[in-house]
Amino acid sequence: MTAEQTYDTVDMMLNMGPQHPATHGVFRMVLTIDGERVVDVTPHIGYLHRGSEKLAENESYGQVVTLFDRLDYVANLNNELIFCRAAERLMGIEPPERGQYIRVILAELNRLASHLLFIGTYAIDLGAMTPIMYGFRERERIQNMFESVTGARMMHNFIRIGGVKEDVPADFVPRVRALLDDVERGVHECDRLLTFNEVFLARTRGVGVIDVPTALSCGLTGPSLRASGMAYDVRKDYPYEVYPYLSYKVPVGENGDCWDRYYMRVLECYESLSMVRQCLDQMEEGPVMAQMRRIARPPKGEVYVHGENPRGDIGVFLVSDGTDKPYRVKVRPPSFCNLVSLRPMMRDAYIADAVAILGSLDIVLGEVDR
Amino acid sequence: MIGTFKGLLTTARWLLKRPVTAHYPEQHLPVQQRYMGFPALLMDDTADEPFCTGCMVCVRECPTQCMSAQMHDNPNFTDGTSHRRKIINEFEINLNRCILCGICVDVCSFDAIEMSYEHELASYARTGSRADLPQLLDLGRRYVDMSGWSPANAEKNVAEVALAKRAAAAAAKAASAGDDASTDEPTEGGE
Repeated sequence: MTAEQTYDTVDMMLNMGPQHPATHGVFRMVLTIDGERVVDVTPHIGYLHRGSEKLAENESYGQVVTLFDRLDYVANLNNELIFCRAAERLMGIEPPERGQYIRVILAELNRLASHLLFIGTYAIDLGAMTPIMYGFRERERIQNMFESVTGARMMHNFIRIGGVKEDVPADFVPRVRALLDDVERGVHECDRLLTFNEVFLARTRGVGVIDVPTALSCGLTGPSLRASGMAYDVRKDYPYEVYPYLSYKVPVGENGDCWDRYYMRVLECYESLSMVRQCLDQMEEGPVMAQMRRIARPPKGEVYVHGENPRGDIGVFLVSDGTDKPYRVKVRPPSFCNLVSLRPMMRDAYIADAVAILGSLDIVLGEVDR
Repeated sequence: MIGTFKGLLTTARWLLKRPVTAHYPEQHLPVQQRYMGFPALLMDDTADEPFCTGCMVCVRECPTQCMSAQMHDNPNFTDGTSHRRKIINEFEINLNRCILCGICVDVCSFDAIEMSYEHELASYARTGSRADLPQLLDLGRRYVDMSGWSPANAEKNVAEVALAKRAAAAAAKAASAGDDASTDEPTEGGE
């Protein structure tokens, strides 16, 4: 007599969120569980929907930048950059070289800040308390630097259509160099503390494995895709700004498990550090803003521009009807597309690993819901 | 097991160092030179009136529509102590709506509005964050004291300088120089 004949078992629905601290915001997932195993997972989103795309249709191009600040609120400058690039492509203007260097420096610093936050919060998702202190400490240094350059810690509105708002302060280069040394020490510290820790390895190795074909069919991009073993990086494959002048590696993982997804971000931190250093070496004096009208009014047309955000491949589809307000702004948010791969990753995982898998995708709900 | 000891060693290293955190209400960290706090209006001390001419560009360009202003004819212009034909008599900013984007400062061509260092404006009253003209000018004065701000385009916007320039031009041409560009509405675009 087998167990099935004796007991009539049914799958159990377990609701997680939207106020669960490990979901990094207001994200709800409904887990269908069979004992300790996850059979199915249904993500529910929309708790932070602000209608940014619709709002953008009623704002002038310069004002839309402030909305993009608030999409991925951990990597604001990367978001500003992608919208400004889209508008520039539409208008056919090219920002001056110094402006592009400043943009890339700020974007890479913001990538560092975002990854440091990920390292900290991922560790705390798994129950390790210390790394979040180190992660936040280093991120705070980067934000102080942003404050001295842009005037704000998070919502900068600094990258403008045609360049950047103003030139960097006089002591920018030495200050950033000192900052990079500090941050490198901090990243190394987090790395040493967490990466090869036995408990951390046990929690993440072989958990939430996803192979490249599945990942591609789900639309997974960014460090999470590279962890599976595909070297897709928009900065390398579709170069923009001054990225072609910089030499850097694209870290690629092997197994596509949670540990790889974590480790890709640690390695990217080191790459970003070296990229900012190269930018500082190559940067020359010059204008930071292209010659253009103060009010941007692109000609009729549409454009799709994408770039590499800390979370993956962000795209903006921008339609202009020739007025000073965009006709349509569509964002392809990496966090939202990465969430699709949650189901294949979580299937047959333990409940205890659900948080580890969700955390390893590094979603930001401001971007998922927009 | 080794990883645990390595972790303990890393944390122990920081045990004797100075903490990096600041205890906020007791300890205030200084803001950076470029810090953008709440917007403030600035005073033209040479004419004892605000720089603002009420052209409404900032009101129109604000992404959150947090400002409102009213202008009237400037009595000082008829007296000849100012070059501004129009002046504001009311200006209100709802600081709760303000998102500190700095667009108002960018579009202003009269050096009239600036992002101050003010960032602690909690109040008990529901309308406590609605700053009117005297309050905004007060913020502006404090900002000037702290940052040593001076108008970027003094030749055009400071009353004393602009009047002297105008008088010189009038003397040179021996004709009235009534069509000075500074009192015109700024044209959109065309930098």
